Amino acid sequence: MTTARRPILLIVPSLVFMTALFAWPLVVAVGQAFTGPGGPTTAHVERMLDDPYFWPAARNTALLIVALIPVQFALALTMALILRERPKFSGFYFYVWVVPLAVSDLAAGLVWLAVFTDRGYLNSVLSTFGFDGYPFLSHEHPTTMFIAVVVAELWRATSLVFVIIVAGLQGVPKDYDEAAEVFGAGYWKRLRHVILPQLRPSLQVALILRTILALETFAVAQALTGRNLPLLVGETYQWYDFLQNPNVASAIALVILSVSLLAAFGYLRLMRESR
Amino acid sequence: MRRFLLQVACVAISLFMAVPIYLIALAAFSSRASLNRFPLPLLPTDFSTETLSGFLGSTGVIPSAINSVMVGLSTVVLALLIGVPAGYALARYAFRGKQPYQLFLLLTRALPIVVLSVPLARIFLTSGLYDTTYAVTLLHTALALPTTVLITSAVFVAVSPEQEEAAQIFGASPLQAFVRIVMPQALPGIAAAAVFTFVMSWNEVLGASILTLNQRTLPAQVLSTLSFSPLAYRFAGGFALVVPALVFIAIMRKYLLNMWGTTLR
Repeated sequence: MTTARRPILLIVPSLVFMTALFAWPLVVAVGQAFTGPGGPTTAHVERMLDDPYFWPAARNTALLIVALIPVQFALALTMALILRERPKFSGFYFYVWVVPLAVSDLAAGLVWLAVFTDRGYLNSVLSTFGFDGYPFLSHEHPTTMFIAVVVAELWRATSLVFVIIVAGLQGVPKDYDEAAEVFGAGYWKRLRHVILPQLRPSLQVALILRTILALETFAVAQALTGRNLPLLVGETYQWYDFLQNPNVASAIALVILSVSLLAAFGYLRLMRESR
Repeated sequence: MRRFLLQVACVAISLFMAVPIYLIALAAFSSRASLNRFPLPLLPTDFSTETLSGFLGSTGVIPSAINSVMVGLSTVVLALLIGVPAGYALARYAFRGKQPYQLFLLLTRALPIVVLSVPLARIFLTSGLYDTTYAVTLLHTALALPTTVLITSAVFVAVSPEQEEAAQIFGASPLQAFVRIVMPQALPGIAAAAVFTFVMSWNEVLGASILTLNQRTLPAQVLSTLSFSPLAYRFAGGFALVVPALVFIAIMRKYLLNMWGTTLR
């Protein structure tokens, strides 16, 4: 075996495996979405678009991303900057703040169900203070239902952004910051003109990753609201599992894929620019 | 004053992160009777394993937990078998197609699970793999493989190639040099990759739900019975799913920053 061929032999198994499990299913998915018994058809796509749940699901998914991600990034950045000040017990805080990193979306949904459900912990606390309970997750209250999903996702997924920012901050030399301080720059000025610009690559990467993952939000909403707050991935599951229609399910999945790929290409371009 | 405010912020954030875990544990260790009370007690006043044992005794829960462990372990083995050589190649060699291969790895990480699961169900139906733990293992391996390759390649970069070359000069074959010199140094990092893969598989719910009917994994079992199960069952299920995550973070504390923070960007 010559040295030149060795690396190729080492990566071939992974290439074969991933082609079989990524590329082939994609081809099958396109087939499922665009062919019927009589050849090529757009019937499945039309059925998807005519479904009364589709547009609300698309709207909710978009709203979720728009509402969740800015708050999530603000919180994660605050957390990372606080730890950078090296408060007492920072090791312990770091540990507590990363715990949700390994919690699944389904588990996170069930955890917050215990909080938000009608006779759950939040209403229990409210009633001890003399307030009336509020049916947060009732389908008559879409706003609180949506907020519950945002809070659960904020809890579950902020740790990921936090860890990426902390790692990014480790690459920011303290000297620059200290130099700016010597020349009289206040904290906000240093944050804006010294720290944030150097964090840009980390923030961009985290942003794209979280956008792609937020598009796939599913089990949190299922656990908290069932189908009362439809999301795109949840609709795929509906069409596949309950309505037994893999064709429409594939069509919705391809919509999610297209949006994800757009985000991914943005991601790759940013990676290249930051190099 | 500044120190004090920092501590206040730290405590507030810690409460936001920790209180939900406390509450789900509290709910899981309450009796059914006390879960029906309102307002719910916020302190563990009547500790009971009734809710949790009721959940574990429900149809399908224990078998699906066993399936979850089986799928997780097989995913780890398969992902390492295929991923470690590729990670090693990325770390040690410059070769034609390296750039496109890395790009391919990054792209696959952007593929939503849902896009793979639905067509894979069709493929597995025709090949007889549908509704088996093998089907779920294959899907989870595919999902874990890009990260396994990236993590192991970062691990191998950290092991100096000089020692390996020295061993070969003294007459070891490349394979011997790898097993005797590189592996011992890379093992902690590879173990971290393995734990990471196991938790990913343990947590994955959508693909497992779509690819199985009877051979559910634990999350798939909980999800499929969600709409008609009592709240006590759901709380206990939530707790059962959270526990491995806590263990995981405890084991992985040292590696967290490197894995999520840098390598997997």
